[in-house]
Amino acid sequence: MLQVKDIYKTFNPGTVNEKTALNGLALELQEGDFVTVIGGNGAGKSTMLNAIAGVWTVDEGKIFIDGIDVTKLPEHKRAKYLGRVFQDPMTGTAANMQIEENLALAARRGAKRTLRIGITQKERESYKEKLKILDLGLEERLTAKVGLLSGGQRQALTLLMATLQKPKLLLLDEHTAALDPKTAAKVLDATDRIVAKDNLTTIMITHNMKDAIAHGNRLIMMHEGRVIYDVRGEEKKNLKVADLLAKFEQVSGTEFANDRMMLT
Amino acid sequence: MNIISLFNALPGACAQGLIWGIMAIGVYITYKILDLADLTVDGTMCTGGAVCIMMMLNGFPVEISLIAAFVVGMLAGLVTGVFHTTMGIPAILAGILTQLGLYSVNLRIMGSKSNQAINVDKYDLLVSLRYIKDVPFYQNAIFIAAIFVIVIVAVLYWFFGTELGSSIRATGCNQNMSRAQGINTDFCKILGLMLSNGIVALASGLYAQYQGFADVNMGRGAIVIGLAAVIIGEVVFGKIKGNFAFKLLSVALGAIIYYIVLQIVLWLGLNSNDLKLISALVVAVFLAIPFVKRKYFSKPVKKGGV
Repeated sequence: MLQVKDIYKTFNPGTVNEKTALNGLALELQEGDFVTVIGGNGAGKSTMLNAIAGVWTVDEGKIFIDGIDVTKLPEHKRAKYLGRVFQDPMTGTAANMQIEENLALAARRGAKRTLRIGITQKERESYKEKLKILDLGLEERLTAKVGLLSGGQRQALTLLMATLQKPKLLLLDEHTAALDPKTAAKVLDATDRIVAKDNLTTIMITHNMKDAIAHGNRLIMMHEGRVIYDVRGEEKKNLKVADLLAKFEQVSGTEFANDRMMLT
Repeated sequence: MNIISLFNALPGACAQGLIWGIMAIGVYITYKILDLADLTVDGTMCTGGAVCIMMMLNGFPVEISLIAAFVVGMLAGLVTGVFHTTMGIPAILAGILTQLGLYSVNLRIMGSKSNQAINVDKYDLLVSLRYIKDVPFYQNAIFIAAIFVIVIVAVLYWFFGTELGSSIRATGCNQNMSRAQGINTDFCKILGLMLSNGIVALASGLYAQYQGFADVNMGRGAIVIGLAAVIIGEVVFGKIKGNFAFKLLSVALGAIIYYIVLQIVLWLGLNSNDLKLISALVVAVFLAIPFVKRKYFSKPVKKGGV
């Protein structure tokens, strides 16, 4: 489904701020894989998702989605294959537009935007049904401006938007990090339901090791721009947070002291 | 200070306000919908008039001349759009560059003269300050300008409800989200700039006919008048809950209010040379209102859960 072949990305090359964010990253996902990604700050987790999404082009290497070489495709063309939810709840939705307008924009991801009406009556009905799956009461507020929603509601809506047109690959970039624990659990719950319903191939970055173990069928750990640990199936299910910490220390050789990693 | 003279001046102010209202609707597209301050309009507010007058002087009918003005305005918007998107120049600077370049272009269009007059008696003008009183209503400049406003508002209302129009609105609201949803944000910005400048040039074509000449300086400060109309419309009619068409209409009404206030200020005996200074100050004050409100008069907002 996804093949990332030895990609490299260096930011601000030739300056004092030079930073090699991706250092020969390689990753292959099978259809239906739900991969959780963990790693310290600056490990290249978000950079990996941005590389796949095409926010900028990589310096070296190739990226294939479902056999299609997308390495040189601009971001808006790759969007056809991808559903994305961002860390910042503000990023994934258009605040000045209504809930239904946001959904209608998302429903046309990958399609040509024409002079046809932006949202049909039939669509409205279907959005109502789809919003019910989030269990947030948004189905009653179709014409409310998204800017009026809370961060959790916006993230849940973004998640629905990302999957309205079934994506070949769903990219979740710490999409619960900015939410309070209760809300985060609710959004994660919705994530599981939506991913399971359509059997979506998913990459989810998280800083919560418990979540990383509890969700998905595969877990990778990143460090200094490459994958340093890749575990799946039964082995992953039996993982403990302590195992992950030990693993990290073993492969990276550094103390895993990171305030953003929640160890509980 | 004769009150009659003020009343006599009001119909003219209305007609001017409506024509500048069309221009302000163009500004609304960039400033409010695309969230770009596009200074190209200071140039296109002359280009449209220049194209329209020169074509009419060369025997083209008024309809063709106005369409040509619209198209040339769109080309100016295209230039700014390309400067901004494919060449990465900040939007304000891109607009200033186009505007500066347009000064020379406008002079060329007008045959290297800074002013080209058109005689209302010899040419079939659509609007003229002579057609304010003592003409049948269908010739009245206010009536004609109002028709233009209504048609433009109706067309824009339809357009911004389409898939393409929605993607322009999304681009102005959140570019990251737009790209993630497969919208070509560069294309949308260029399209919005073209549409905006096309409408401004159309208003310019009408305005040149109204005043009976095209002048190379007629666009100077146009952006400020456009912004004034947008802001006045928002302040005066913002409390009324209305749809997008109403918002566009309130921009045109804002322009009328602007011109009526201007008339009153002139009637009160103010020097017309000071008008631009006063306009600039008034717009500065209105632009500052949201910021000042937020900074000094904001109440803490309750945070909600899911």
